[in-house]
Amino acid sequence: MEILQAAMAGTLESSDAQVTVEPGDGSVELTLSSSVMNQYGRQIKATVLETLERLNVSSAKVTVVDKGALDCTLKARVECAVFRSCGASAENIPWGGAIR
Amino acid sequence: MKNAVGRDIPDTLLTGGREVYQGKGYMDGKYIQKASPRTRRCEKPQESKLVDTIAQALRDCGAKSGMTFSFHHHLRDGDFVVNMVMKAAIEELGLDELTIAASSLGAAHDPIADYIEAGKVVGIQTSGIRGRMGEVVSAGKLRTPAIIRSHGGRPRAIEGGEVHIDIAFIAAPTSDCVGNCRGIGGKSNCGSMGYAMTDAKYADHVVVITDCLVDFPNFPASVEAIDVDAVVVVDSIGNPKKIASAAARISQNPRDLMMAENVAKVIASTPYFKEGFSFQTGVGGPSLAANLFLEQYMDERGIKMGWAIGGICGPMVELLKKGKVGKVIDVQDFDLDAVNSINQTPGHYEMSASQYADPANKGAMVNKLDFVVLAALEIDTGFNVNVLTGSDGVLRGAPGGHPDTAAGSKCCIIVTPLTRGRMATVCEHVVTVTTPGDCVDVLVTDYGIAVNPLRPDLVECLDKAGIPHVSIEELKDKAYSLVGRPDDLEWEDQVVAVLEARDGTILDVIRKIKPYQG
Amino acid sequence: MIPRPKPERFRLRRTMMFMNAQKPGLIKDAYIYGCDSIMLDLEDAVAENQKDAARFSLYHALKTIDYGDTEVIVRINGLDTPHWQEDIRVCVAGGADGIRIAKCESAQDVRTVEAAVERAEEEFGVEKGRTLLMAALESPKGILNAYEICSASDRLFGVAISGGDFRKCMQTKFQSDGVDMLAARGQMLLAARAAGVQCFDTVFTDLDDAAGFEAEVRQNKAMGFDGKSLINPKQIRLVHQIFAPTEKEVLQAEKIVRAYREQSAAGVGVFTVDGKMIDIAFIPGAERTLKLAKACGMYEGDL
Repeated sequence: MEILQAAMAGTLESSDAQVTVEPGDGSVELTLSSSVMNQYGRQIKATVLETLERLNVSSAKVTVVDKGALDCTLKARVECAVFRSCGASAENIPWGGAIR
Repeated sequence: MKNAVGRDIPDTLLTGGREVYQGKGYMDGKYIQKASPRTRRCEKPQESKLVDTIAQALRDCGAKSGMTFSFHHHLRDGDFVVNMVMKAAIEELGLDELTIAASSLGAAHDPIADYIEAGKVVGIQTSGIRGRMGEVVSAGKLRTPAIIRSHGGRPRAIEGGEVHIDIAFIAAPTSDCVGNCRGIGGKSNCGSMGYAMTDAKYADHVVVITDCLVDFPNFPASVEAIDVDAVVVVDSIGNPKKIASAAARISQNPRDLMMAENVAKVIASTPYFKEGFSFQTGVGGPSLAANLFLEQYMDERGIKMGWAIGGICGPMVELLKKGKVGKVIDVQDFDLDAVNSINQTPGHYEMSASQYADPANKGAMVNKLDFVVLAALEIDTGFNVNVLTGSDGVLRGAPGGHPDTAAGSKCCIIVTPLTRGRMATVCEHVVTVTTPGDCVDVLVTDYGIAVNPLRPDLVECLDKAGIPHVSIEELKDKAYSLVGRPDDLEWEDQVVAVLEARDGTILDVIRKIKPYQG
Repeated sequence: MIPRPKPERFRLRRTMMFMNAQKPGLIKDAYIYGCDSIMLDLEDAVAENQKDAARFSLYHALKTIDYGDTEVIVRINGLDTPHWQEDIRVCVAGGADGIRIAKCESAQDVRTVEAAVERAEEEFGVEKGRTLLMAALESPKGILNAYEICSASDRLFGVAISGGDFRKCMQTKFQSDGVDMLAARGQMLLAARAAGVQCFDTVFTDLDDAAGFEAEVRQNKAMGFDGKSLINPKQIRLVHQIFAPTEKEVLQAEKIVRAYREQSAAGVGVFTVDGKMIDIAFIPGAERTLKLAKACGMYEGDL
């Protein structure tokens, strides 16, 4: 998917993550901050990058402010932000396809 | 050298007869040589000991660079005294190389972090360390490793001369002109002054700082004029709103309530739950809520609690007033209900930290406890508890009375949610062992109960009462299945804090954390 | 991925607890409190501009979290909104046990949802008929059409009244004796029983009024409701307590079921238990009592 415009999903509440995606310049540039950085930073990064790859996002600036979200929440926030950036978040989501 | 909880203690710390932790009760029966302070005689009658400023009091007491100043934490997050004294010592008298020996330090003391970074404060001895101070110490900016002690370990170390207090500062809600202090009757009341008592007896000099001067004699005094050199009156010793909350309300959080109910069930299933039993609980959500459910079981069985100790707040005072507990004896008060009750409600008394929890004296109250209910930041599969470092490795807590009550009581119950956000509370290895697993008996979480295999008698009690329980490994696995297995933290070699067991051996060290660089 | 067993149309549903599907901290383990069903809410709890985000959250929660024996129902947005079709897609794809139709007013509403569910089951390769339905009646029209709604679909396991909207339509407010909704509750119960489906009462919203809550739950039980919608886990225990059978009822039920099995094996249709005449008509009630007793931890026997 191509990131068409800046979009955001999620909140800064505990157990959530706020994900912002913006159009990139040919690569995926990830900025991550987390309340559990020392223990889970590596895993959060992997989950976010995997999710972007599954959505075929190859050019984007992605900012994740994590407040201790579980992997399932991180995925949901990244996916929602990407679909929103393409104006495609409201219907016909590929549940079980690209979203899994 | 590895100690009895499997922690590697650097040999460089094992000097001067210092040993690593050997297990519960290791020092029992050994002798301790008590230290004696060198104090000034006040033979001639004195009209008053009032001096105008903290700086003047410091000069009168011969304050010098390199000294150790002690403080107590009854004013909690509202305390102004530590910052005022250190500011006067460093900025007015130009002292440096100072050590702070406090019963605890908290969010109110962020400015001290600057003095640490500037090299003015080079030593910290405390139970609690949080906020910016926790961060700068964790970052290795304090010249010597901080020494962390429990509330019982502190008076032991003072009495044994391991900490020599040059000047003790007593934050006093009321004092008379010669230094008889009480925790009530003023505008910044804190109730009990239990943590200050040993300081006043063992310091070379004692300075009282108050914001409410009252007529002589201020009796019965918590800290007595016989130990006091000077009294300074300031505008305010603290922010009353942060000293004692209006009233500690019992949590309405359904998770807390569910865990609290299970704590009460466990308590009621043991043989110790009988007429006259003794009890201490923390003031965290589920610990405090246990009071509520315990009362129901007491009513059902028609029994009363004999006595309760600890940091005390409203719900326990309520039980006292209702005649459901015989005596409440406290070392600290957490809310106005408790502050207004101490020494007023019949049966509500004050005690010193030594009387509360000191493992080297001959009659600490914790040793007579039937039950204690405590929280945890982390607990591992060996039942070792961490209440000092976050799972990111940064200092942000306090052992407090945790290790003392756990060791002394017949049944120590830890109550904590299985996870907090993405942090697994039940884990494979705690970051820091603050309370050794051989002192912890039962774990109650929102996902189930586990009993320490060292206590087959308690396993039987739970089984008989039909209370389901699982192994702590199962709880750990469940936690990791929810949040994922955390990566191991990475550390530098530098030791930033030494954690003493309550008996003075070394239980653990905290090293400088290497942050993950995404 | 957590495979969930095929949902059971008629199971114990004493407590159905609402949870905002958009709040990760809430939905991750709502089952620990022991309610029979959780109701993940895409409707009122989720702001209009977060409906999309809530569906992503919901999908991954359904796919990741092990809810165990707790039933997972999703409340979808009303048929008069642009959201309900995508709501149904995500519920079916994620494997929710059931869907609660908000503001249901007619049998046609049920059939509209059922058709969309069937399309989604086909699209996502889900066993046809797996996804259950329940209908929330929130208006006088819904109550008046209760019977046709209750009998509209084989997937439909029950109906619930939703007090907030209903009271507004009726120009009344909550009354502690329940008189504000007496007729509606009665009508809905009649319809549900006639159609052979379950019937659930509305939420009680004043968490500080413990006495009022208890009175309402007692009335619910006396009227014959199967269960109640809840807004907070701390309401669960009381409902389970009040809906629990008495020990005497459990003993009686056990005797009846045991005697019936013995007698019918011997070809006897009518017999007496403790001097009371019993026939097959007593059996479903007795079996329901035992099921309830098991769920309440009061019965560990083999029946």
